[in-house]
Amino acid sequence: MNGVSFAECSARERIALLFDAGSFQEWLPPAARVMSPHLAQLGVPAAFDDGIAIGQALLDGECLFVAAQEGQFMGGGVGEVHGAKLTGLLQRALRDRPKAVVLLAESGGVRLHEANAGLIAVSEVMRAVLDVRAAGVPVIVLIGGANGCFGGMGIVARCADHIVMSDIARLSMSGPEVIEASHGVEEFDSRDRALVWRTTGGKHRFLTGDCDVLVDDDVASFRAAAVAAVQDSGICRAVSRESLELEHAELSRRLDLKSEGADALSVWQRLGVVDAARIPELDADAVRALRPAVAGMAG
Amino acid sequence: MEWHTLTEQLFGTDHHIAEDGDLLHGEATFEGQTITVVGTTHHAPIGLAMALAQARVVLDTLHHHPGRTILLLIDTQGQQLRLRDELLGINRGMAHLGCCIDLARRLGHRVIGLVYDQALSGGFITSGLIADACYALPEAEIRVMRIPAMSRVTKISEERLTELSKDNPVFAPGVGNYVAMGGVRNVWDGDLRTCLAEALRCAPTTDERALDGAVRGGRRLAASVVQQVLAA
Repeated sequence: MNGVSFAECSARERIALLFDAGSFQEWLPPAARVMSPHLAQLGVPAAFDDGIAIGQALLDGECLFVAAQEGQFMGGGVGEVHGAKLTGLLQRALRDRPKAVVLLAESGGVRLHEANAGLIAVSEVMRAVLDVRAAGVPVIVLIGGANGCFGGMGIVARCADHIVMSDIARLSMSGPEVIEASHGVEEFDSRDRALVWRTTGGKHRFLTGDCDVLVDDDVASFRAAAVAAVQDSGICRAVSRESLELEHAELSRRLDLKSEGADALSVWQRLGVVDAARIPELDADAVRALRPAVAGMAG
Repeated sequence: MEWHTLTEQLFGTDHHIAEDGDLLHGEATFEGQTITVVGTTHHAPIGLAMALAQARVVLDTLHHHPGRTILLLIDTQGQQLRLRDELLGINRGMAHLGCCIDLARRLGHRVIGLVYDQALSGGFITSGLIADACYALPEAEIRVMRIPAMSRVTKISEERLTELSKDNPVFAPGVGNYVAMGGVRNVWDGDLRTCLAEALRCAPTTDERALDGAVRGGRRLAASVVQQVLAA
């Protein structure tokens, strides 16, 4: 708990601390100046890496492919180059078959400054993720940045084999501000932080089975979870008609939840969590201990 | 275009496609083959329930009719913007729909997307954009966000964005821009039966969109960046 906050690290710091020291070999590094061709004409500063670092690194001696999105640059938004770097990494994984691909996701989704190109890019990433999985190379997603993992990247994350989140991380589709702007503050009060976290945060996603592992906001905890995932021979979740039928049944059960007064608390109660109201105060350890008891909605 | 008009132009009376709320689904006969048709109408917002309803049709097709062609008819305002959907994992539901369509392709089904009215962001990414290829009618509207909203988010004036969008397809709504970027393979202009027959014959089964975007000049860097990563 007294380690380095994953959330407070930059994308490159996360890679440096998560993987074996000095082992990261970056492809298309900042020095290569592969930048967005679209931002300059909007008067927006571009980044030398377009907000994503990709390459290979050792994790506990195993060579893996890694990508890390930089939340400090345009909220980790996916533009043409950013998305193509990620797709390129995945296509390279399809060719070179590393032990796993690890994606340190931090993104608001499509970068609106290059909206159309970003949307297509995210769909190319989705297809590439599913190609890599179909080839038997697991894709592991770590979510712990302050910007969360939203929009198209929230979908991409759920296309992966395995998701690790911290208790302060968020994973969802539309940001609360967007929902509030669309349907009013009574639908979703984006300034109600407790509401935001219990609706999209790591604890909720863990209890419902939307993420596989819940860790503290600590780089060492993320590293341990990534090492465990890579060593787990059952980590590959092959996509088959049977697996998709199971997923379909699991998600269909969720539709029983009434719209009226829908809240995380009622979801946790349905899952059989005793004293669900105290979950927001519990630490990650205590929430982890609850999951074996959780049935029904858990994946 | 109204979906009735569209399906009549495509299949005449040779179809059993029904509207079930905002969901469209059924079967049609095309050039002697039965195909599955699934999609949405009334600019449907895609929430968890609608993602699952479409996924169900795809899974049923995989189960009962292996190899059958699937036509996705797209008319959506994008993802449902509700707290309940976020709470229940709308992103997981949409990923599930995308995975079902992707598996259909892998199992040898041809999957063709057609934007016949409007397509927006989250509703589009796990339907037409994950098909073998996506097409659009000329009057269709495809976008991530309207220019006024984009102006608010990016803090760039509407005038400037409108001006820029004239010669840069990455910002502005429009079918032509998506064609230029490779996201839409081409526009179905003229006889729709001929267009569908052509699509079934020619749609690629691998992802050609970045290459198309480079050749057409709408997305000049994506394919080259992928190549640079492969060569690094």
